[in-house]
Formats: sequence, structure tokens, C-alpha cells
Amino acid sequence: MIRRLKDRLAGAGMLIVTLCSGLIVFLMILGLYVSSRSVLSLKPLSELLFSSEWHPLRGEFGLLPFIMGTLWVTAVAAAVAIPLCLLASIYLSEYAHRRLRALAAPLIDLLAGIPSVVYGVWAVLILVPLIKNHIAPFFGVSSSGYSVLAGGVVLAVMIFPIIIHVTIEVLRSVPQEMREVSLALGATCWQTIRLVVLRKAMPGVLAAIVLGLSRAFGETMAVLMVVGNVAMIPSSVFDPAYPLPALIANKYGEMLSVPLYDSALLLAALVLMLAVLAVNVAARVFLVRVERGIR
Amino acid sequence: MDSRKLQENVFKVLAAAAALLILLILVLILGTIIAKGLPALSLSMLTRTPQGGYYLGREGGILNAITGSLCLAGGATLLALALSLPIVFYLNVYARKRSRLVSFTRFSLDVLWGVPSIVYGAFGFTIMLFFGLKASLLGGIIAVALLVLPIMSRAMDEVVRMVPDELFEASYALGSTRLETAFRVVVRQALPGILTAVLIAFGRGIGDAASVLFTAGFTDSVPTSLMQPVATLPLAVFFQLATPFPEVQARAYASALVLTVIILVISLVSRLLTRRFTKHVVR
Amino acid sequence: MMNDGNRMKMEPGSVGQPHIRVRNLSVDYGGTRALDNITVDIPDRRITVIIGPSGCGKTTLLKSFNRLIDLVEDVRISGEVLVDGENIYDPGADVTRIRKKMGLLSQKPFPLPMSIYDNIAYGPRIHGIRARRELDRIVEHYLRESSLWEEVKDRLHAPASGLSVGQQQRLCLARGLAVEPEIILCDEPTSALDPQASKRIEERFIELKDSYTVVVVTHILRQARRLADYVIFLYMGELVEHGPAERVFEHPEKEMTREYIQGIIS
Repeated sequence: MIRRLKDRLAGAGMLIVTLCSGLIVFLMILGLYVSSRSVLSLKPLSELLFSSEWHPLRGEFGLLPFIMGTLWVTAVAAAVAIPLCLLASIYLSEYAHRRLRALAAPLIDLLAGIPSVVYGVWAVLILVPLIKNHIAPFFGVSSSGYSVLAGGVVLAVMIFPIIIHVTIEVLRSVPQEMREVSLALGATCWQTIRLVVLRKAMPGVLAAIVLGLSRAFGETMAVLMVVGNVAMIPSSVFDPAYPLPALIANKYGEMLSVPLYDSALLLAALVLMLAVLAVNVAARVFLVRVERGIR
Repeated sequence: MDSRKLQENVFKVLAAAAALLILLILVLILGTIIAKGLPALSLSMLTRTPQGGYYLGREGGILNAITGSLCLAGGATLLALALSLPIVFYLNVYARKRSRLVSFTRFSLDVLWGVPSIVYGAFGFTIMLFFGLKASLLGGIIAVALLVLPIMSRAMDEVVRMVPDELFEASYALGSTRLETAFRVVVRQALPGILTAVLIAFGRGIGDAASVLFTAGFTDSVPTSLMQPVATLPLAVFFQLATPFPEVQARAYASALVLTVIILVISLVSRLLTRRFTKHVVR
Repeated sequence: MMNDGNRMKMEPGSVGQPHIRVRNLSVDYGGTRALDNITVDIPDRRITVIIGPSGCGKTTLLKSFNRLIDLVEDVRISGEVLVDGENIYDPGADVTRIRKKMGLLSQKPFPLPMSIYDNIAYGPRIHGIRARRELDRIVEHYLRESSLWEEVKDRLHAPASGLSVGQQQRLCLARGLAVEPEIILCDEPTSALDPQASKRIEERFIELKDSYTVVVVTHILRQARRLADYVIFLYMGELVEHGPAERVFEHPEKEMTREYIQGIIS
């Protein structure tokens, strides 16, 4: 009798914890919304999101430069990381010998755990000077090195391990017989990979990319250290930028005396949060569709 | 025929080059941190707190940040574990499979997984302001626990989901309640995975800077109370790097090395534990 | 390429003459010997059945004919396999061309993750046929040849995974035939099928042997008796006995073969 009572009680307790954890997302959205309401009630949303006038002391809070900064940096990260990671995962999963794979896998997992400040330190030491002294002059531009390119590349490097880890797992889960079928018909390895393996693995590969990019999207410290933090809309990858997370990290907590400032920064956090939610929902809907189409 | 061969070879070389490039960059990162950090590392860095004028290049160490980070990440991991276990047990033992609540909880944990740590920091700080709390170890623990909760619980969930149905059936057939099944059978079967999840969460917690930026504050002394501000390694790296003095910047590299070594150790321990604790696992 | 069903061979050998010659073939998987010094001939346009208990190397032998065992890591192969007189393990051999000569039907049907039509057209497409009408003709022809056409002609563009297992296996047969092989390799092709579906597949083999060399791996003795013109009996990686079906089944030379056929060992 006592055992069953215990069982019931524990079940009820667990249910409560589970419900609460499920509600955290909404609590956060609600909390951020309530805190950003004071700026939302004074300014139209369109002005806040699409104006590039950022003058907190004059009460102007246009978030556009920061939103564009985030998009630029994420786009550069995507452009660098997606093709490289796909090719590398294909190599490690399809071509490389088992021993090389066994060597590379723990290294990649280890690097997935390295904190972002460490990547930031590396970028300040190596990447920024490289861009300043070699890459920018090569394109005939002068740049301090602290730029969209530096931020994007460090993000790409940070998400390499995430994307590669998941992609390899997905590629390995394609049944070996599927490859045999294609090879037995006289296809080359590459044809087999392109027409059969990637096709079968597509939903998983897309999920891996979404996972990596959503991590890149909100990444703060490493980007903050190398992106220059200038509140303007960048016009090339060698310009500095000021992504949303960097804005929040730099300004929040220090300028609470300026009216509406904290409210505007929490609006920035809300924008990030909703973007993450939207990406998650979209990815889920899309993946369900793709999966239906293939199988 | 020849164009097929050509294509095959071109892509094979491209793929190999990409893999090599990525592995090289990753090795380069470890190499840079070691090469820059090791010369600046000394015993006093590890055993002393910052003395007067430390950030101008005078003597002292980062003991405050090392102990602070360990306390903070440890506390956050325990808190997250206390929340994760009930969630995972509820989802996999108590709830009906494919119920709305289960898929909803998994989805919302996935969303949380993707929420940037700076948002946790900002949100946590807002809550603390609301309750009139100041930046403290407790605030940091709560923010980091929120950050690692989805990581830990989803990782555990994946492992516990793999526990074969037959094992549940065997346990129920012996007259066990669901609670007993959860703690005696499921935990034992999924132990390696649970430990790995805990270590991953600890590693993520100790490395994150953005969530503790406002919630934990920073201090030059070793933490003594939950209500005091606390220093953390990532922020120590960040602040030291931001000074204009090369000696202090060198200490930032050394601090980054310390942080990296901690992560390395966690990763190694998790590998060893996984190997060690698989002996009771039914395959 | 000819697609009118009357297959022409590049070098028309005479029926019953060796089509595949295996010479001193040994295969090791990471130190474990899977095949030990096999020498045997596979006759042209006959059904050759490889029998033996599970784990005896049947599948390894079959997959060594189209070099699919290359995919196994740490595999070591010595000896020769000659197809139409050409050693396929020659370092300069064109593996994709060799594989195109042979269709493979595996234990479980594995439709590629695409439509019924694209499954059949996959082979011709990778070998360079692009014209839509040509592909249409190939698809119809080989679906008819594997007696699947009537069942699927209205849903050619539906996913192949929607077919029943029996239909999938016939689809895989059609897909293999569509690259115009000379040889069809089958690895326990009916083990996933119900008796009716198995029967239909077996009937196809009997008809196909007029124009193709068929090699079937099976552990079902009755199936071997129904199909075989020629029998190869393997045990623990060694070739115990081979010869025309009636002789091996009725008057086995080796004691072990007799015991296996009578069901004493399995």
C-alpha cells in the first residue's frame, strides 16, 4: 500500500516538474515581452525593428543595424561551414578508413565542448591578424581585422564539430545495403553518395545544419571579441558589425539609468528568442514534409 | 565513362581536403591555446587570488575564477539533474507513449536547447531585479541550470528511450511499481548515458560566459556564500584579454588553457566512465 | 545498348561453358578466413546454386564476383575471379564496368529512396541514358520482364517503399535487369518473402536462365533442388563439392555433402 502511494506521489511530482519545464519557454517569452513593453508602447514595432537610428540617450532605439549584424555574421558562418562540413562528413563517413574515423571522432567531440571564449581567444590571436594583414589586402581593402568575416569564420569553426558529428551519424545510419544496391548497378562511389546516400540522409543532414546554425545565431562571446562592435549596417564582410547578442552582452546591466534602455535590450533578447522558436517550428514542419516525400 | 571517373576523383579529393582542413583548424586551435597559454602559466596563477593591481600586471592568480567556476557549474549541474531526472522518468516511465504532453515537452526542451545563452543571462537578470536580488553565485547557478537543463534532459531522454521495452515488462512482471522500475532498472541500464549527459552539461556550464555575465557578477575572492558575487573562468579570460597590458593578456591565454584542460579532463572522464559502467547494461 | 529484350552478348559464349572462373580464391576478414582456396567454374546461362550452412562463406563468394566485398574494411583477397576471361581483381580492372555486368538481388529488397520509375531508371541514368522516351521504354520493358508492370503501371511515380515486400523484390530484380547484365547474383532472394511471392520469383529465374547466367545463394534445400542446374556446396569456407545438380543431389561423392542434403548436419 505504501509502495503504491509512493509511486503515485512520485508520479504527481514528476508531472509537475515536467509541466513546469515545458512551460519555461513560454514563461521566458512572456517575461521578456512584459519587460520590453515599456519601449513597445512608446514606439511602433516597425520603427524599432527597421530603423537604423540607435541613439539611446535621445530615446531612439532602432535595432536594424544589430539585426543585420546578426544576419551577416550567421550568413558568413553558413557559407563557410555548410559546404566544408558536408564534404568533410562525406569523406569521414564514406571514404575514410575506419581507423581515421576512430581518430577523428573523439577530437571532433572534444572540440564541440570547448567554450566559446577559447575560440574567441584563438580568433583574436590568429584570425584577426590574418584578415588584417593578408586577406583584406589581398582583396585591396583595408580592415582592422575585427570584422564580419572574423565573426563569421569563428562561428563556422565553432559549429564545425556540431554539424559534422550529427551529419556523420546520419550518414552512417543509411543502410549499407542501400550503397551496395547502387554500386552493384555500376554506379561510382560519388554517384552513390550523391544520388542515394545524401538523398536518404537529407532530413537528418538538414537537421544537423539547422542545429549548427541556430547555435551560431545566438552565440555571444566569441563573436563579441572579434566582430568590432560598431553600430552600423555592414556593407562588406570586411566591415565591423554589431550583432544582437553582443549588444545585449555589452550594454545590458551597465546602462540601466538611461530610460527605456533596458527595455530596448530585452526587446533585442525577445527578438532572438522568437527567431529561435520560429526556426525550430519551421525546421520541424519542413522535416516532416521532406520525410514524407522521400520514404 | 571518363567524365564519371573524373567527377569521382575530383569530389574525393575535395572531400578529403575539406576534412583535412577542418581537422587542421581544430588542431591549430588547441595548438594556439597551448603555445600561448603554457608560457604564462605558473603555480601562483593556480593557487592565488588576484592581489592589488593584478589587472595592471602585478602578482596574483585566478584561483577565484577556478573555484568560482567549479562551484557555479557544479551547483548548476546538481540543480539541473534534480530537475532532469523527474522529467526523463515522467516522459519515459509514467506518461503514455505518444501522449500530447510528451511530445510537447520534448519540443519545448528542443526550443530551449536552441535559446542563446545571452538570453538566459538577460532573462535571469530581469527576474533577479524583480525580486531585488544582486548578482550572486545563486543567481549564476539558476541561470546556468536553465541553460544546461535542456542539454542534460534531452541527452538523458535519448538514452532512456533506448531502454528496451522487455526490460520494463520484466520489472513490472516481478511486481515492481513504476517508481521502483525507474530507479532500480532504468537508472542502472541507462547509467553510462546519464553520467555522460551530466558531464556534458557540466562542461557546457563551466564554459559559458554570456549567461553569467550579469547574473553571477565578478569578484577577486574565493566564493564563500551563495549570496555573494562569484568569479568565473570564461569571464576571467574575457576581462584579462580586454586590458591593454601584454602581461595581463598573457594571463588570459593561460586562463583559457586552464579552462580547456578542465574541458579535456571532463571529456576523458566521460569516456572512461562510459567504458567502466557498461558492465550491467543489457544489450 | 540494346533494349529490345533479345539480349546480345559482347562475346557469345556457348551455353554451359564456364562464364565465371574462380581460381584459388581466398578471402580474409581482419585475420579470419572466410573463404579458403576456392577453385570452381560457373556455367553460362544456367542456374548455379550455392548451398551450405549459414556462415559457411556463401555470401562472401557471391559478393566476390562483383567485388562488393571491397566495401568490407580490413578485407584481404587473393586468387583470381575471371569473368569472360578477364580477371576482375586485376589492379587495372574497371570495377564499375564489372559490376554493371552483374545484377544483384539481396536477401531483403532494398528499394532506393525514390519512386518506382526512378528506381528502374536509376541504372540506365547513371550510365548516361537521359532521353525521356528511351527511359520510359526501359522502365516498362523491365517491369514487364519481372511481371510487375500490371500491378504498378498506374502509380509509377509513387514511392517504391509503398510496395509490398514481394513486389519490392521483383522491383529490385527489374532494376538489376535494366542495366543489361549478363549475370544475376542472388543472395537468399526469397528469405523475406511469403510462399506465393517466393514462387513468383523462382518462376522468373527459370525463365531468365535462357538469357542470363544466374547464381543463387540459398540455405533452403528444396529451393536448391527446384532451381539448380549446377550446385556448389560450401562448408566452413571450404569448397566441399560441386557438379551438376542431379549428380550432387542423387549421388554425392563426399560424406559431408550427403549428411547436409539429408539434413543430418545443417
